[in-house]
Amino acid sequence: MALKDKLHDLKMKYAGTKMSPVFNAFHTFLYAPNETTHSGSHIRGADDLKRTMNTVIMALVPCLIFGMFNAGYQHHLATGEINSVTGGFFSAEFWSSSNFWVGFAKVLPLVIVSYVVGLAVEMFFAAKNGHEVEEGYLVTGMLVPLIVPIDIPLWMLSVAVIFGVVLGKEVFGGTGMNILNPALLIRAFLFFAYPTWMSGDKVWVHGAVERTNEIAAGSNADAISGETLLGYYAKFGQELKYKAADGITEITTTYGDRANELYSIWDMFYGFIPGSVGETSTLLILIGALFLIFSKIGSWRIMLSAALGALAMGLIFNFVVDSGWITESSKFYGLMSTTYWHHLIIGGFAFGAVYMATDPVTASQTNKGKWIYGFLIGFISILIRVFNPAYPEGVMLAILLMNVFAPTIDHYVVQGNVKRRMKRLKAKTA
Amino acid sequence: MGLLSKKDAQLITDPLADNNPITIQVLGICSALAITAELKASIVMSIAVLFVLGVGNVVVSLMRNIIPSKIRIIVQLIVVATLVIIVDLVLKAFAYELSKTLSVFVGLIITNCIIMGRFEAFALANGPWKSFLDGIGNSFGYAVILIIVGFFRELLGSGTLLGIPVLGDPIEKTGVYAFGYENNGFMLLAPMALITVGIIIWVQRTRNTDLVED
Repeated sequence: MALKDKLHDLKMKYAGTKMSPVFNAFHTFLYAPNETTHSGSHIRGADDLKRTMNTVIMALVPCLIFGMFNAGYQHHLATGEINSVTGGFFSAEFWSSSNFWVGFAKVLPLVIVSYVVGLAVEMFFAAKNGHEVEEGYLVTGMLVPLIVPIDIPLWMLSVAVIFGVVLGKEVFGGTGMNILNPALLIRAFLFFAYPTWMSGDKVWVHGAVERTNEIAAGSNADAISGETLLGYYAKFGQELKYKAADGITEITTTYGDRANELYSIWDMFYGFIPGSVGETSTLLILIGALFLIFSKIGSWRIMLSAALGALAMGLIFNFVVDSGWITESSKFYGLMSTTYWHHLIIGGFAFGAVYMATDPVTASQTNKGKWIYGFLIGFISILIRVFNPAYPEGVMLAILLMNVFAPTIDHYVVQGNVKRRMKRLKAKTA
Repeated sequence: MGLLSKKDAQLITDPLADNNPITIQVLGICSALAITAELKASIVMSIAVLFVLGVGNVVVSLMRNIIPSKIRIIVQLIVVATLVIIVDLVLKAFAYELSKTLSVFVGLIITNCIIMGRFEAFALANGPWKSFLDGIGNSFGYAVILIIVGFFRELLGSGTLLGIPVLGDPIEKTGVYAFGYENNGFMLLAPMALITVGIIIWVQRTRNTDLVED
């Protein structure tokens, strides 16, 4: 008997029982169900929830693959086994099988844990409340491994996933009812619960934490650093402040120069930098964004306005620096003086704006609302990034904040529309 | 209970669960969020509220017929303030460190909505004995939630209970820390207290669906 028939038999056997949503979910996940609606009018549409979710996952796959290579590359680079890339995006140093396998071995458990724990929670609630398992977690489960540090302990990830899915989604009524993006909620939980694993200069490269412990234990190993550019800017700002307090005022290098010593613009754009698994490559995120826009799944309004918002805030900060309103001794100087468009390619901004902000459930629904929502996400992201070096990744907090305000924005957009049309009607009838 | 009639006993038992001041009446949330990061502080706060509400309810009940209704809030406030100052001074005298931890929140018992709420809703309309039982009952209801929240926040946030390490030593890596467990810093932040209270409300209303509002 074919697998499909077996699944169908199982489904029939458990139909009407508590466990039926679980078998239904497995069946429809693997095969198109052959049941059809028997009565009433119905429209046949190809873009059901499952198709939508699968499209987003397809858009994420390049980032996932790249993340695996990058995890191995950063690891080998940090341990000094290979040299940094020289030949552009298709450098042999980067796309080597040894890089891939190191990354694969680290990233795959994250993906598995994220899906198994998350779907277990979903199925538990589906069986308990007697509704079908929705496909909503498919995308969340893929986003989660891409936005956490590579060495995060798996039990922490499980705790965070349970927290995020139960309190972010199930208490509000499941898929489609959530106020906050569950993937970001999971990351925010990790961020506040286990800050030592989520920030600092050691968590972003596989092996860096153990290496530091070995050095602390007296083992003969070279120190390695894997801090992100944002962490670098924030920390360097503090060093400068310290020096200025010591009376050393001579500062010979500017931030831009120092950052360029570490990574070139193209490295940042291609994604050969430390960071969360999937967030580093702006190039592949752009390809994913184009895919989402042309398949009409992601909103180009949100992506574009988020980028505009970030550029606007970056320009304001650059203007403040150029006008000399802030001195190099300030701890904000480092990130403020970063060239405004660099903000788009460092940190997780691009990833957040393309895959997280466009989540159709938690974003604004009206077109005008999407412009406002996206713009404020970009604007606030850079604001948090610059003014709170303790939380260098502002895009997570900015999106969560705007998720909360999305319904309010929609409300005023709709009310504004109603008022305008009322006026028009009055003018017409008068 | 031979000592209490059935109705009197209900005054004590109802606020423990089905008419809980925090989870059902949603009173006194602020202090439940602010001081529950440690179990010890939760317990001391509960005792303080027990004293203030128990005695305060009796005092207000005794005076209920001579208080002009126009100025009753001010009279009630004076009663609470007097009792709170007594508690505050006792804490400062005998448990100075703890009174530091509780900081302004002892003083803020004055504004704890449970107390004014019980004065208004119960003590002004009932005799001293019943008011006393009502005060005790509501304080216990408040204490139950505070202690549950404090228990989980201290256990998961710091790995201790009443300041005693129960999960091992996080620095020496003994106990569960040897397996890679780490304290959850989020539990020590106020948002997690709100979420914990929310989970208690959720569990309670799932078990007793009569409590669910539309």
